[in-house]
Amino acid sequence: MFIPHSTKEKEEMLKSIGISKIEDLFDAIPKEHRFPKLNLPEGLTEMEALAELQEYADANETVRELACFLGAGAYNHYTPAAVDNLLRRGEFYTAYTPYQPEVSQGTLQAIFEFQSLIANLTGMEVANASHYDGATATAEAGVMAYHNFRGKRSKILYSEAIHPQYHAVLCSYLCGYEDINIVSGSSKNDPFASPDALIPQIDDDTALVLVQYPDFFGRVYDLTNLAAKVHEHGALLGVITNPTALGVLKSPGEFGADIVVGEGQPLGIPLSFGGPYLGFFATRKEYARKIAGRLVGETVDEKGRKGYVLTLTAREQHIRREKATSNICSNQGLITLAATIYLSLVGKSGFKQVSNLCYQKAHYAAEKLAALPGFILVNKDPFFHEFVLKCPKAVSEINEALLDEGILGGYDLGRDFPVLKDHMLIAVTEMNTREEIDALVESLAEVAHD
Amino acid sequence: MTEQTIYELSSEGRQGVRFPASDVPEVKLPAGLVRENLPLPELSEADVVRHFIHLSSFNYGIDVGFYPLGSCTMKYNPKINEETARLAGFTGTHPLQPEITVQGNLALMYQLQEQIKEISGFAGMSLQPSAGAQGELVGVMIIRAYHRSRGDSKRIRMLIPDSAHGTNPASSAMSGFEVVPVPSDVRGNVDLAALKTVCDDTVAGLMLTNPNTLGLFDENVLEVIKTVHEAGGLVYGDGANMNALLGIARPGDLGIDVMHFNLHKTFSTPHGGGGPGSGPVGVAKHLVDFLPAPVVEIVEEGTDEIPPLYGLVDPKHTIGRVKAFHGQFGVLVRGFTYMRMLGCDGMRRVAEYAVLNANYLLSKLKDVYTLPYKRVCMHEFVVEGCWSDAPDVHALDIAKRLMDYKFHPPTNYFPLIVHEALMIEPTETESKQTLDAFAEVLLKIAEEAHTTPELLHEAPHDTPVGRLDEVKAAKELVLCCWLPEAN
Repeated sequence: MFIPHSTKEKEEMLKSIGISKIEDLFDAIPKEHRFPKLNLPEGLTEMEALAELQEYADANETVRELACFLGAGAYNHYTPAAVDNLLRRGEFYTAYTPYQPEVSQGTLQAIFEFQSLIANLTGMEVANASHYDGATATAEAGVMAYHNFRGKRSKILYSEAIHPQYHAVLCSYLCGYEDINIVSGSSKNDPFASPDALIPQIDDDTALVLVQYPDFFGRVYDLTNLAAKVHEHGALLGVITNPTALGVLKSPGEFGADIVVGEGQPLGIPLSFGGPYLGFFATRKEYARKIAGRLVGETVDEKGRKGYVLTLTAREQHIRREKATSNICSNQGLITLAATIYLSLVGKSGFKQVSNLCYQKAHYAAEKLAALPGFILVNKDPFFHEFVLKCPKAVSEINEALLDEGILGGYDLGRDFPVLKDHMLIAVTEMNTREEIDALVESLAEVAHD
Repeated sequence: MTEQTIYELSSEGRQGVRFPASDVPEVKLPAGLVRENLPLPELSEADVVRHFIHLSSFNYGIDVGFYPLGSCTMKYNPKINEETARLAGFTGTHPLQPEITVQGNLALMYQLQEQIKEISGFAGMSLQPSAGAQGELVGVMIIRAYHRSRGDSKRIRMLIPDSAHGTNPASSAMSGFEVVPVPSDVRGNVDLAALKTVCDDTVAGLMLTNPNTLGLFDENVLEVIKTVHEAGGLVYGDGANMNALLGIARPGDLGIDVMHFNLHKTFSTPHGGGGPGSGPVGVAKHLVDFLPAPVVEIVEEGTDEIPPLYGLVDPKHTIGRVKAFHGQFGVLVRGFTYMRMLGCDGMRRVAEYAVLNANYLLSKLKDVYTLPYKRVCMHEFVVEGCWSDAPDVHALDIAKRLMDYKFHPPTNYFPLIVHEALMIEPTETESKQTLDAFAEVLLKIAEEAHTTPELLHEAPHDTPVGRLDEVKAAKELVLCCWLPEAN
């Protein structure tokens, strides 16, 4: 399959090499292990492969048939048709990392535009070419903060209201550094502590204070005071953000954040069972040389024509080897392109509209649900497009009943926070119509009765 | 040829895509948190489409022509992969849906785990890692976790041959290991004598790229692995070069303990201009409990009528999560589609023809380009891109001159152990005609290097831009553009 050689061509090639059969090329492989019999199914034609893959796909239920109120780090948004149409250009998706800039200006300029969009959106001065996802971008923020103080500050203080999986990845990444302490700002029993509750724990040993905006429970807080206190101690403020919120809400940069990271999936990337997604990483210019990952910079060629190159490569693993602070190479290239096309298409007014629709619809849903007997809207502070609902029975049980009604219910917070048993995290986006929201309210009212 | 940026193309008041008006009563945005200025560009849909089509035309991809980038396995990316990955039944699934509603996804992941295990001879497999570099990091983390679980804390050194991949030292350092280089011998194998002198009870493991970055299969591989095992260390295999071994040898059978695979190299998923890739990690039996979480398992056996129930499970002593959710699922679908099409026989043919193509190309070039190790190569080979009688010509010049002849250059200046290295990997999907044309051009360039070297120094001549000023880029550091009023 996908091998063009005719028998005659193969023979000519063997002759040129000076051997009689292909097997002769593998003499260096230990004989007892050479040419194992593989127990794999027979190969399929394209027609058969498509049919088989369709069967796997059909065995799923999807947000196309179900009204989706599930978020918790991955969101159901509308993707304009032009995004995927342009992604299918073979010149984009069958190219490698742009190591040869003269024949990669398309990729390089698109990344430069991506960096610009992310910097503008987050209110920061520089952004890199991406990380694997929001969770690894968060972990790299921890690594950067640690190296920024040359290992002399050991504490990373985090809010319990960051995404639990991001916290888990931060811990996996940093467990190689014996001297780093990852410290919770409150306790697992107090996940709703506000960002200002972290302030008493910031000290001169703190390298990074890490919060999320909107936080894992959808809440938004003014971070200005926190930023000031972080900076009084000479530490860095890292903010995990959801780009959709930044269409109508103040950017982390405006509060004084030093590092802004997040998940770019809401920017036109399909849910696709959790990947491939897109981690973004933005910071202030003074830290540009400390960012991990690829950076594209503007320059000129010998004739003075504007062009783009991968720059500051001397920081990277293939040059600094074991002295590099990260082993990351290129990662989500095509997904950065998707996000760049998405933001270009929806533009200033479209993005603001999406952001506002999410906010309005989520608040409509929250108000209706809060009025239901047996349910309590937990969020008292402002929130964006997600909120926490305390339910009269187990979330898994409720979600099972909702599925029967064609509704994909919210996230069961009891999975991560034992104190939040029976608490559901509900997400609403521009994709949810008023009818869907009303149907959710009605179904939940029935569930409570049963 | 240049194209303005989306910020330069922006025109106030323009909009590409509109959304329906709100159908719910309006509430106020939170006081004190409302954004005043949203500096995004304003373009029409046609503006955007033309802009990105123009940009695409400045790119070179496998769909455009031959891309012999060594160590990157730039094989043809079948179009059917793009269709299957976009099936609505896959793209419309949320990663946190109840498992019962995503049995199709979980079954696919399970089958993919099983098939890579069969191809590689490993006992366990995790599809979590997002890329080769992350798979490698996971491999090193597993080695550390294994030694720690045995209370063996003195193993702080990681051995890395000088013919290994460039990311290996950084991955080891990130996991707190001290890196110890191991030299190659005259045949390009790991120097066994040198290996034996550094193997003691402080060695955590060896990171082995085999075939190595010279494109050579280590002739002493069993002895190398045995030496490390006898010292109590583990052997990590860098799977980036697995294309040479499909159906030829199983790394697990050779004694390798842990290894990552690159779906974007070996299993034909597109490189995407730098991702997304996928770097599954396979392990031998004694390391299964350390795999990153979660892995897919059968949680309830099926019957003849009912399929088994699949679920996401955390291995007992897992090193934890390395990304949110469950891996680069869309890439997994592409890789699985390809593997299902290859099947058992197709798998071995891939490796056979990849190695045939490399040796054929080598046979055409070896009289003109110096080959540092005169051996049968595997899926790729390295030659020197320089001649003593053309002293001003460098590998870089050859690479740039190839662009004038509409070929993508090979990898250059890697591996570091070869002077002016040109690392060439043709892959199995290229025809004899393409290889002949490429060889002919490389021979012509060798001639130009001696007769008209300025042609090489000034190359490339007709790409959208010429050689770019990288020093200026790093010094002035212009990393973003802004709307005109922001300046």
